[in-house]
Order: sequence, then C-alpha cells, then structure tokens
Amino acid sequence: MPVFRSIVFSAALAGLMVGAVISVAQFLGTVPLIQKSEVYERKAAAEAPTAGHEQAGDPHEHDKARSQDSEWEPEDGFQRNAFTIAANILTAIGFALPLTGVYAIRGRPVAWREGLLWGLGGFVVFTAAPGLGLPPELPGMPVAELAARQTWWIATAAATAIGLCLLAFRSAAWAAVLGLGLIALPHLIGAPLAPESHSEVRAALSHRFIVVVTLTSLLFWALLGVSTSVAFGRISRP
Amino acid sequence: MQQSQAAHLPAIATDSSVVVQAVLAMALGLFIVGVVGFSHISAVHNAAHDVRHANAFPCH
Repeated sequence: MPVFRSIVFSAALAGLMVGAVISVAQFLGTVPLIQKSEVYERKAAAEAPTAGHEQAGDPHEHDKARSQDSEWEPEDGFQRNAFTIAANILTAIGFALPLTGVYAIRGRPVAWREGLLWGLGGFVVFTAAPGLGLPPELPGMPVAELAARQTWWIATAAATAIGLCLLAFRSAAWAAVLGLGLIALPHLIGAPLAPESHSEVRAALSHRFIVVVTLTSLLFWALLGVSTSVAFGRISRP
Repeated sequence: MQQSQAAHLPAIATDSSVVVQAVLAMALGLFIVGVVGFSHISAVHNAAHDVRHANAFPCH
C-alpha cells in the first residue's frame, strides 16, 4: 500500500515536528494557567470533602483520591511534562493523518498555501466550532456530564466538517443552504450546560485561558497544514 | 469478472485504491485522537490531562 505508507510517513514526520513546537507553546502559555487553576481546584476539594462522588465518611478516602479517577497520574515536573509532549505529538500525528489523507484523495500536488487553508479548516472544525458551545475549560470549573459534552463536541465537529465541504465543493444553491444549516445546527440545539454552581476559578483567569488556547490552536493548525502538505509533497513524489 | 473490469478501467481501479488507503489512514488518525483526547480510561486521562485541557477536549 504505497499511498497509505506515504500518508503515514508524512503525517508522522509533520506530527512529530508540530507536536514538539506546540509543547513549547503550551509550556509558555496554557500549562502555567492550568497549574494556577489546580490550586483553586485542590482548595475547593479540601473545603468540600462531602461533595460529589466522595460522600464516604472516611476522610482518608478523600485524601487518597483527589477525584474519582486519580488511580494513577504522572508526577509533577519531568514526568508530567514528558507525558504532555508525548500526548501532543500523538494528537498532532492523529490530526495530520486525515489532513494528509485529504491531499492524497485530491490526486494532485497540494502546495503549502493550500495546505495552510486545509489547516485553517481544521481549526474551524476542531477548535472554533466546538469551542463556541464548549469553551476551553480550566480544571476545577463546573461542567456538565462528560459523555454528553463529548457527544456534542464530536457531533459539532462532524457537522461543521460536512457543512464546510458542502460550501467549498458544491456550487449548487441547495448545498450552500444545507452547509450553512449544518454549521449552525449544533449551536441551535445547544451544548450541554454546566450545572449552576460557584467556582473558585476567577473569571479573568478562565478568559485568559480561552484566548491562549485558541491562539495556540491556531498556531497548531497552521503549522500542521503547511508541514503535512510539504512533507506529503516530497514523500509521495515518485 | 473482476479482473476484466480492472483491465478495462485501470484508472478508476487505481483511484479507488488510493481513496481506500487514504480513508484507512484518516480512520487511523481519528482513532489516535480518540484515544488521546476522549478515552475514559483514567490512566490515559491523567497522562494526557494537560493536553486535553489545552486542546479544549471535554475533560472531567
């Protein structure tokens, strides 16, 4: 499968590079904000020991388990940062594969500027559209049930992707109407709402986080679009 | 039957093979994103915790 191999190889190369660059951007931008917010999260957990899932009478149970899912977590410092870099590289490779797959289906060379546009499409589909309903959240903020948010997130990304493709590749009027409708539909339905509750996380901090995440993501998708198109252009050339 | 079709339509046969391979690669990519960003396994969640928040993936 020569095409499959070219796609995977290009995506791995581009993902490795973009994942590393984005990790640096996150260590400067989002990670300090997450750590600041975790101070509030821990404080809130300590002040409300009977909240949520941890209603067991034994206070030691709560000390052991900061939340229900803290069976294992990387130690702060090197280990945590190493896992962040690894997860960034995997995410970048994961998103690079569909981008490069699109170039292969196009069946003609995709220049870096066209790659950049595809990358910006990824930004709209995977950051801007889901972020409109579910803005980037710091740890410790009140949120709706996880599965419901994940379902809405994935459905919104899918509807936006289909809508954009209809707008870009079908010239008929019905396609434009349907495309715009698909892009708007998830927001008309509405994202799962967080329960009304008080958060220790300050509004200024959480707003700053939304801006930093969105800008980092813009950089991520711009770099990923350009690097996948350049890598695939070189690797797939016979 | 299939062979004679392939012989008559070599260009289309190649194209559909490219599409199949590209779709496989795209599915592989979305699977990777799904594991890193959406898996409910707590060890995976904790390992990729900061990245989930930084990518605005829904998190705990």
